[in-house]
Amino acid sequence: MNRRNLLKLMALTGSLVIPVGRQAWAAVGDDSSATKRKLVVVMLRGAVDGLNVVAPYGDANYARLRPTIGLARPGQDGGALDLDGYFGLHPALASLQPLWEQKKLAFIHASGSPDATRSHFDAQDYLESGTPGRKSTQDGWLNRLLTVLPGAASPTRAISIGPLMPRILTGRAPATNLAAGAAGTRQSILDRPQIGSAFDQMYQSSDKYASAYQDGRDAHKEVMTASMKDEMQAANGGAPLPNGFPNDAAHLAKLMRNDAKIQIAFVALGGWDTHAYQGNAKGQLANRLAPLGQGLATLAQGLGPMFDDTTIVVMSEFGRTARQNGNGGTDHGHGNVMWVLGGSVAGGKVYGDWQGVGDAQLHEGRDLPVTTDFRSVLAQLGERHLRLSNLQLAQVFPAMPAANPGLNFLRS
Amino acid sequence: MKLPIRFAMLALFSVSTLAASAAPLTTDQQALHVLNRLGYGPRPGDIESVKQMGIERYIDSQLQPENIPLPAALSARLSTLDASNASAGEVLAEFLAVRKVANDGDEAAKQKRREVVGKIVEQDAEARIARAIDSPRQLEEVMVDFWFNHFNVYGGKGLDRALIGSYERDAIRPYVMGNFRDLLGATAKHPAMLFYLDNWLSTANDYQPVPGRRGAAQGQKGKATGLNENYARELMELHTLGVDAGYTQKDVTELARMLTGWSFEPRELVRNNRTFHFDAQRHDMGDKEWLGHHVGAQGQGEGEFALDVLAMHPATAHHLSYQLAQYFVQDNPPPELVERMAKRYLETRGNIREVLRTMFHSPQFMAASTVGAKFKTPYQYVISAARASQVPITNVRPLLGALNQLGMPLYGAQTPDGYKNTEAAWLNPDALTRRITFATALAAGRLPLNKPAGQDNNAAAPAVANAAEPPLDADSLLNTLGPAISAKTRATISNNPAGLRAAMALGSPDFMQR
Repeated sequence: MNRRNLLKLMALTGSLVIPVGRQAWAAVGDDSSATKRKLVVVMLRGAVDGLNVVAPYGDANYARLRPTIGLARPGQDGGALDLDGYFGLHPALASLQPLWEQKKLAFIHASGSPDATRSHFDAQDYLESGTPGRKSTQDGWLNRLLTVLPGAASPTRAISIGPLMPRILTGRAPATNLAAGAAGTRQSILDRPQIGSAFDQMYQSSDKYASAYQDGRDAHKEVMTASMKDEMQAANGGAPLPNGFPNDAAHLAKLMRNDAKIQIAFVALGGWDTHAYQGNAKGQLANRLAPLGQGLATLAQGLGPMFDDTTIVVMSEFGRTARQNGNGGTDHGHGNVMWVLGGSVAGGKVYGDWQGVGDAQLHEGRDLPVTTDFRSVLAQLGERHLRLSNLQLAQVFPAMPAANPGLNFLRS
Repeated sequence: MKLPIRFAMLALFSVSTLAASAAPLTTDQQALHVLNRLGYGPRPGDIESVKQMGIERYIDSQLQPENIPLPAALSARLSTLDASNASAGEVLAEFLAVRKVANDGDEAAKQKRREVVGKIVEQDAEARIARAIDSPRQLEEVMVDFWFNHFNVYGGKGLDRALIGSYERDAIRPYVMGNFRDLLGATAKHPAMLFYLDNWLSTANDYQPVPGRRGAAQGQKGKATGLNENYARELMELHTLGVDAGYTQKDVTELARMLTGWSFEPRELVRNNRTFHFDAQRHDMGDKEWLGHHVGAQGQGEGEFALDVLAMHPATAHHLSYQLAQYFVQDNPPPELVERMAKRYLETRGNIREVLRTMFHSPQFMAASTVGAKFKTPYQYVISAARASQVPITNVRPLLGALNQLGMPLYGAQTPDGYKNTEAAWLNPDALTRRITFATALAAGRLPLNKPAGQDNNAAAPAVANAAEPPLDADSLLNTLGPAISAKTRATISNNPAGLRAAMALGSPDFMQR
């Protein structure tokens, strides 16, 4: 009996799920090697200001374009953290410096979507569908990825953190969402046998909702089983974790450590649309970057040895104007920077075809251009990290541009 | 009764996903349908009342909310919400005062700020939720939700916390079924929108702030120079034309120039409740080329002209009609209906009531395939549960908590596009579990929906209110819901322990749809 049917049987009979460890799952035909290589996608919704995340302080134009919101040169008050003598990291991301030094963190600058829309909603749509410029695509690229990955489907193979199911994971492959943080592994009302049974009966015969309902039940059972053996239920005896993303990241790491069947995780963070008063080394943007950096560092650390087999990619729908506007902020732009962290990242480097931010180089005289298509970055990830064939990649990213031989941010 | 039967006959030939819809709709089903779509579902006795009145008469009466009196109890309750009833200037004054003291102050000052802000949040929420649950002007409440969302402002952004109550009360509610241009103008000039999308800061590119001028704007605004495109973009993309209407980046910038000076002065707002101020000093006096129009310098008139053009643009007619049809009829609205609504919009120069009338009287609206086709948003789910169960509520915090949990915090959409209302947006594995959790808590009387006796509206709800509420009566609930709960689900419910039945009804797949 395969695992899905076993879970269904247990659900129907209202029996408790007894934690017997991974070996028992292995006995029913678990092949966790198929899910060994992990992918975490972090979407920054609202167009994060990439030019202040990885700032080209080495280009004299940078300070000219951003007289008050620009980062000072490394070493100065409010200065960027030097990366390579030309680019500097926003100081609020200091928690990522160790990963940079360990060469597990890299950036691909001037990357993004070839479509020039400056509508958040369209641009996010394109980033998630993986078909920029085409609105008719029904599913998300992360879901298409799921359909080509080898190995059996399972309830928690792809998870989205939070109460909504994002476009990027929509499609025919099953994916589920879990609550962020500790809530994701809390006892559910449906764990009570009488209640679970009552609702199971109603939902099993619902044409519309049976599948979503069952996916939720299966995923919950799976994470609860996985978590029980690590005493995740017990109160955290150590220092309390900060709220928000760092806390959620710590929980995600534990979840992934405990449940080897989780292969893909998705998290979205908002609040990046800094049209006014974004600040420089300190201020609005800095306040948002700090927990993001801490969370990513926490995730990397929390994964432990699993981090060697994980790639985390951070992306946003477009960047912001190179020039600051009259309100100490920036408007919608074009090119941005993608971040990659992980065991096989050839880190400690800023990749991409960088042209500088002189007037002649700016897209429409205002934005960082896009010189690396985001799909090229994701395709390299798919090819080298997830070992997908060209045919499989073509299914995930139909009509994608030709590979860029110069782009080499992942070791094979 | 001839009309609905003919619609039902048409439905027989249309593709339907509901097994039950092979037969024409019964009057019970039609009554439930209009209660679900023009409102937040039935209260006890509602299905019967609508049948008595007649479906068409019910629809027409809901389209004239001014003719429906509010129950005395509801009016009395709303009148106690002093923070919510105060003017924008008064609320802002209090908000700024506690914010300033708390910024330099000690824990006591911070606590005071929490109390003041907490009271504003709670009362604004109660004003909205009490009406949604208890007002007989159900369509008006649905339209307030629809238009607020269309002209979304995020309550968590700075001053908007203090301005959002006035925004809904003064710039949305009075215009929900009137002329769209009036609604558009009211939102464009309300400080909540001017602040949220930064237009209050936008100036001509060559503007120089005059230092030390008496009455000059303070703080952020005093130093702001240069064009801010944020509002101009969303005005076209979201509020009117829609993203595919063919406007260019240049049109965005030119419109932003036309709207420079559309602002407010926080000091003036606080002192004199002056919500809108056209600041001629900040206005870009140059000529503009916008959407094929040559626009000469006319001060505030340029922005008014822009709103006139946008309100009556065919793309706007289509965009709004699409959104209304998606909200009220089906996730993929029938194109023929959208076209007819757009035509009606233009014919009536933007009369929202008439567009709604066209929609509600359409065969597509009353089709069997439309009944039950919409998945409830978290807001619709929570309100319909409260309405059906008729639990007396004096503490709305558990409902706000449920909305947060379900991903739809009230006044909490951070981005200007607001919340979606489709199944794709809201149906996911975790959502069903969370809704069932809410349903079981509500049914068991475990939600602290009532403040301890003696506590008035001037105190924020305590952390632990009276937790002991009576559990819901399943029979009464099932009676109220009528055809909303299918025979099959009713059979399953009756096969389960009595103590679970109310929870099962509210958490059933049937109750997830409308």
